[in-house]
Amino acid sequence: MQTRFSFGGDEHIFAEVGEAMSLEAFFKSLFITNAVRDAKIKGVTEICPANASYQVKFDPDQIKPDDLLTELKRLDSASEKSEPVIKTRIIEIPVLYNDPWTHETLMRFRERHQNPEGTDLEYAARINGLDSVDAFIKAHSSAPWFVSMVGFVAGLPFLYQMVERKRQLQAPKYLRPRTDTPKLTVGHGGCFSCIYSVRGAGGYQMFGITPMPIYDPNQNISYLRDFMCLFKPGDIVKWKPIDRAAYDAAVADVDAGRFAPVIRDVSFSLTEFNRDVDAYNSKLDGVLHGR
Amino acid sequence: MAVKVLKPGLATTVQDLGRPGYYHIGIPLSGGMDRHALAAANLLVGNEAGAAVLEAVFMGPELEFTADTTVAVTGAELPPKLDGELRETWTSFKVKRGQILSFDFLKQGARGYIAVAGGIDVPVVLGSRSTYALGALGGFKGRKLEAGDELPVGNAAATGKDGRSVARDLRGQPAGMPTELRAMPGLYWHRITEAAGNGFFSDTWKVAPEADRIGYRFKGGQPLDFVPREPPFGAGSDPSNITDACYPYGSIQVPGGTEPIVLHRDAVSGGGYFMVGTVIAADMDLIGQLQPNTPVKFVKVDMDQALAARRSRSELLSRLHSALA
Repeated sequence: MQTRFSFGGDEHIFAEVGEAMSLEAFFKSLFITNAVRDAKIKGVTEICPANASYQVKFDPDQIKPDDLLTELKRLDSASEKSEPVIKTRIIEIPVLYNDPWTHETLMRFRERHQNPEGTDLEYAARINGLDSVDAFIKAHSSAPWFVSMVGFVAGLPFLYQMVERKRQLQAPKYLRPRTDTPKLTVGHGGCFSCIYSVRGAGGYQMFGITPMPIYDPNQNISYLRDFMCLFKPGDIVKWKPIDRAAYDAAVADVDAGRFAPVIRDVSFSLTEFNRDVDAYNSKLDGVLHGR
Repeated sequence: MAVKVLKPGLATTVQDLGRPGYYHIGIPLSGGMDRHALAAANLLVGNEAGAAVLEAVFMGPELEFTADTTVAVTGAELPPKLDGELRETWTSFKVKRGQILSFDFLKQGARGYIAVAGGIDVPVVLGSRSTYALGALGGFKGRKLEAGDELPVGNAAATGKDGRSVARDLRGQPAGMPTELRAMPGLYWHRITEAAGNGFFSDTWKVAPEADRIGYRFKGGQPLDFVPREPPFGAGSDPSNITDACYPYGSIQVPGGTEPIVLHRDAVSGGGYFMVGTVIAADMDLIGQLQPNTPVKFVKVDMDQALAARRSRSELLSRLHSALA
C-alpha cells in the first residue's frame, strides 16, 4: 500500500493510505497518527485519523509544509517495519434493534427509500442474502467493530466490521437523505455502521437505537464527565442486542447517573487477528466479559 | 454588567478565535468566520484581539446594556443605531446604561462583529467561548441567541476610548467583483478531467442560498466531468464518492460534480465526497462576508503563493494592531 499525500491548502496535509476501505488501510492510518501524536511535532495542531486516510493540520508559520511532509513520509515508511499492535479499548454498546422510534422515522421518510414496502432492517437482510431480520441482527452483533473514524459531527463514530470482506454487511444510503434521525440511532451506509450522536439529518439505514448517550456537551452523564465524547478512533465496539425492558431499565439507569458502560482495555494485534478472525474475536469477547 | 437580548437577529452567536484540537472527534474549530474583523472589533474597544464577541449574520440584533460601556461594530456594513441614532461601523462609541443598540439594514458584506469592552463572558468550553450550534456546545447555552437572553460581560481591562476608527485599507474586506478566492488544487483533483479542472477555475460561480457557518455552496459553473473508475470498496457508487475521509477547513467538495461547497469554521469534519482542492487560509475571512448571489471566481495558486498571501494577511493584522495600540 503506497500512501498518497496531498496538501489541503497551506494548513493541511491529507494522506490517503488506501483508496478502498480495508482493515489494513485503517490500521495503518491509526498507527501513523499515533506516531505523529507521540512525535509531538512543533506546529502540528490537529491529528485526524479516518477510515483509510488521515489528515494533519499545521501552522505553516511554525513548520514548513515540505518539512512536515518529509516527516510524515518518514513515519509512513517506518510503520512498514513496526509490529502492527495497538493498545485500545473494547466497549459494549447495548442496542434495541427494530425499536419504535427509528421505525416511526423510517415510515415517515419511506418515499426516500429503495424499498418503500418494507423496513430498513428487512431491506438490509434481503440484500445481504440473509433470510430474516433476526439473522441480520445476529450477523450485525456477533462480531466486533472498529471505530474507524470519529467525526462528521461531534462524537459520531464510523464503525467497520471486523470480519473478512466477503462476510461484511453492506447497504446503500437512502436514495435521498432524511431531514430527521433520532438521537442514538444505530445506522449503516456502505460498509460502515454509525451511531448518530445528535438528532439531525442522515442518509444511513436505521437498524435500532442505543440507550447509552455517547456525546454530552453539558457533561452531566456520569461516564462523560471526564470528556464529552465517548469514542476515540481505534476503539473496538461490541453490540449487545437487548429487549425493550432492558432498554427502559438502561435509560432509567442513565438518568439516575448509575449506568456503568462495560469498557475494557485491550491490546489488538492485526497479525494475530488475520491469522484466525473468529478465534481472535472470541478472545476479544472474553476480555470484554472478564473471562 | 450584562447585555440583554431584546431581539436576536437572524442567527447571532457568541464567537472568539475558536477551539483547536478536537477536530479528530468531530468538534470543529468554530470561531468568527471573519477573524480579522473580529480582532478589529475587539481592539477598538480595548479588548484582547481574541475576546468573545457577537457575530450577527445578514441582520443585527437589538441589545440593551445594563451598565456604561464601549462598543464597536466591524465586518459587514451593518450600521449600528444607538437609541435610534446612526453610528459609524469600524468605530468605537460609548453606550450608557439602559441605552438600546439596534441596526439598520445590511448595506454590504454578510457578518457584523459586535464587541463590548470586557468581552462576552460565557463559560469557556474546551478552551473557547465560541458557539458550535450543531453540537449544542459553547457560546450561550450552545445555541444562537434568543430574545430574553442575558449575556454576561467581563471586566474591561482598560476604559475603551470613544471614536477610535479603523482605516479602510486595514479592514481586509472583499474587494472587487467577482470576489476572487485563491485555492490550491489537490486532494482528489485527479478524479476530474483536465477540461473540468480548467472549467472550475475559469467559470464564474455564485454564492447559493445554502451558505452558513458549516459551509458555503456555489452554483452556476459547468458540472465537472469525472475520470472513469471502478468504485473502490467502501466508497459508494457515485463518481463523486470517496471512502469517507477527513475534510480540511476550506476544502472544496463537489457532490455529484455539480455545486462546490467550501467548508468553513463549523465544518463537518469528514464525509464521503471528493474534494478538488482547498481555499487558502488567507482568503477564508472573505468567504464569511459573501452574500448569496455574489459572483465568485476560484483562482488557482500554488503553495508559495499561498504562503505569500498568508504573510500579507498577517502583516495586515500587525498593522491593525499598531494602528490601535
